[in-house]
Amino acid sequence: MQIENIKNWLKINLFSSWYYSLISIIIIYYFLLIFPKFLDWAVFNATFIGNEKSDCKSSGACWVFIKVWFNKLIYGFYPEKDLWRINLSFFILIFTISLSFFIKDKFKIYILFFLILIFPIIAFVLIKGGFGLEYIETREWGGLSLTFILTFFGIIFAFPLGILLALGRRSELFFIRYFSLLFIEFWRGIPLITVIFAAAIMFPIFLPQGLNVDKLLRVAVGIAIFESAYIAEVVRGGLQSLPKGQYEAAKSLGMGYWKMNFLVILPQAIKAVIPGITNTFIALFKDTPLIILVGLLELLGMVNLAKSNSYWLGLAVEGYLFVGIIFWFFSFILSRYSQNLEKKFSSERY
Amino acid sequence: MKKIRINSFAVLAFVVTFIFTTFNANANQTRENVIKRGSLNCGVSQGVPGFSNADASGKWTGLDVDFCRALAAAVLGDPNKVKYTPLSAKDRFEVLKAGDIDVLARNTTWTLARDGGLAVEFIGVNFYDGQGFLVRKAANINSAKKLNNVKVCLETGTTTELNLRDYFNANKLKYEQIGFTKADDAVAAYDAGRCEVYTTDKSGIAANRTKTKNPADHIILPETISKEPLGPVVRGNDENWVNIARWTLNVMIEAEEYNVTKKNIDSLKSTTDPVIKRLLGLEGDLGKNLNLDNNWSYNIVKLVGNYGESYEANVGTKTPVNLPRALNASWRKGGILYAPPVR
Repeated sequence: MQIENIKNWLKINLFSSWYYSLISIIIIYYFLLIFPKFLDWAVFNATFIGNEKSDCKSSGACWVFIKVWFNKLIYGFYPEKDLWRINLSFFILIFTISLSFFIKDKFKIYILFFLILIFPIIAFVLIKGGFGLEYIETREWGGLSLTFILTFFGIIFAFPLGILLALGRRSELFFIRYFSLLFIEFWRGIPLITVIFAAAIMFPIFLPQGLNVDKLLRVAVGIAIFESAYIAEVVRGGLQSLPKGQYEAAKSLGMGYWKMNFLVILPQAIKAVIPGITNTFIALFKDTPLIILVGLLELLGMVNLAKSNSYWLGLAVEGYLFVGIIFWFFSFILSRYSQNLEKKFSSERY
Repeated sequence: MKKIRINSFAVLAFVVTFIFTTFNANANQTRENVIKRGSLNCGVSQGVPGFSNADASGKWTGLDVDFCRALAAAVLGDPNKVKYTPLSAKDRFEVLKAGDIDVLARNTTWTLARDGGLAVEFIGVNFYDGQGFLVRKAANINSAKKLNNVKVCLETGTTTELNLRDYFNANKLKYEQIGFTKADDAVAAYDAGRCEVYTTDKSGIAANRTKTKNPADHIILPETISKEPLGPVVRGNDENWVNIARWTLNVMIEAEEYNVTKKNIDSLKSTTDPVIKRLLGLEGDLGKNLNLDNNWSYNIVKLVGNYGESYEANVGTKTPVNLPRALNASWRKGGILYAPPVR
């Protein structure tokens, strides 16, 4: 019975006609050619136990490298004794997001409010210092936690700004419309690397002498503004997909501009473009390693640093694979989360 | 309700900006600022083996790092009071000029254009680098002059290519270049046998050699075909600080010349040799010329070590980087390290 099922499944999915069979066989052949070798290298011949490079004597991967450097890859140069501050911030974030799955819909607005307005301040004080906590300069931030900080900052900054820009671009007021248009086209028209470079190196030249804004903040704001232009265009797509009747209906109920947009138009528009927004956020997450260029060491930067330590040379592959897995994992989670949102909101239209 | 949110966001952005904002004190009081701050801000690389690199506990080590430690020892009396800022090759000078760091020790080549054009001052050379060649031992080549009709693997887009062409043309040797955009790829191709020679700066060759399957099978040829003097850099508008940095390096070099080491410095206190007495701060008051305590030079050697000690610990033949002293030996031992007299 079971074997029969498998046979049927194979026949339907892999060998339904001669050319399907050919393609399946070629793919399976290459898979069998590469995958066992990869497994050999990554698992069976790999070294997991030890504390230095000389412990890796086999021909396989040297995961000792990742093990020894793990703390640095995650937290950068953040002082060991203060790591709980970063951990607590991320715990609060994850706890709040998970909480939103379990509580009633009408309380969700408070969670959103908390995440956008209150949590950043709590996390900022925890990680940066103040109110009795020791100050940790941003030069000591790094690793995966810096990647997360930049991504989170980018999202909470770019999302509202992007929505406002999208509305602005469709506004009837001349200045607002053209300002939004110019702003979006300008930021969308230059590469991110230019933005990061300008924020880190050129911006300080324009500041009055003696005034100095933290480099990480400059870069974070640069990235956030850049992404907001993309969000704006995605949201505009959603706005354009709505039939005119929605606007007219809202107006005929006596709603003003803001009420109409925030109660009727935007909820529908954003719902329609969740995949596009997720796309932008994943891109933002994956763009963060570019800050290596201006000397900030996020996850990839820390791996580069670790692999060029004289006692750990020649382990680039392990390091990059680790970074790849981490990036894939979190991008995947973001993507699953957005699919979940899509399903949840896909009901009421028509 | 939306309006309120915008306003609070603006307030938040403002507050954040304000908290982050710091004011730079006067630029030509670097020494005073360092003392007031209680720490030296040192710009380093994002990882160059043997020159500046962090270990898994976050501690920075390297030849360049030791210079920063020596500077901190001279000014603050404690080599551990250094804060390191990793910098890319692109933004290093801007960060120095902006005052975010007090000294840039990031294997930076001293050239006229940089020294003259950038409002910065190179205070000396802490490593004489230059382009060299890596070949297989089995090939039995002992001089670059014998490299004829060879394939050369290299990283494109740097001066390496130009130097290579000049050298082979000048010596009437034929070669074929196989270029890569990344050093790792060039080394891998060389290791796989696609080329007989791999070329880049010698400090880089040594580090890249450890990436081959069997590092002991390869040797670096003695010739150096280009000049890449690497040295620390400070801002040019602060003469006192320029002098402190310059003489910190000179003290390290001179201490090696007179065999004053971290270990023996205390036993040398009873010496009669005036040069060593001056180095230890027992005679004269050289510190005054730099606005420092008279034991500044003693602190450098006692707490960090002389140049040779730093070299051997970071890039010497007992480390994985494995660079012979060659040009970087004292002038008394066949190198070209020559510090003006500390007197």
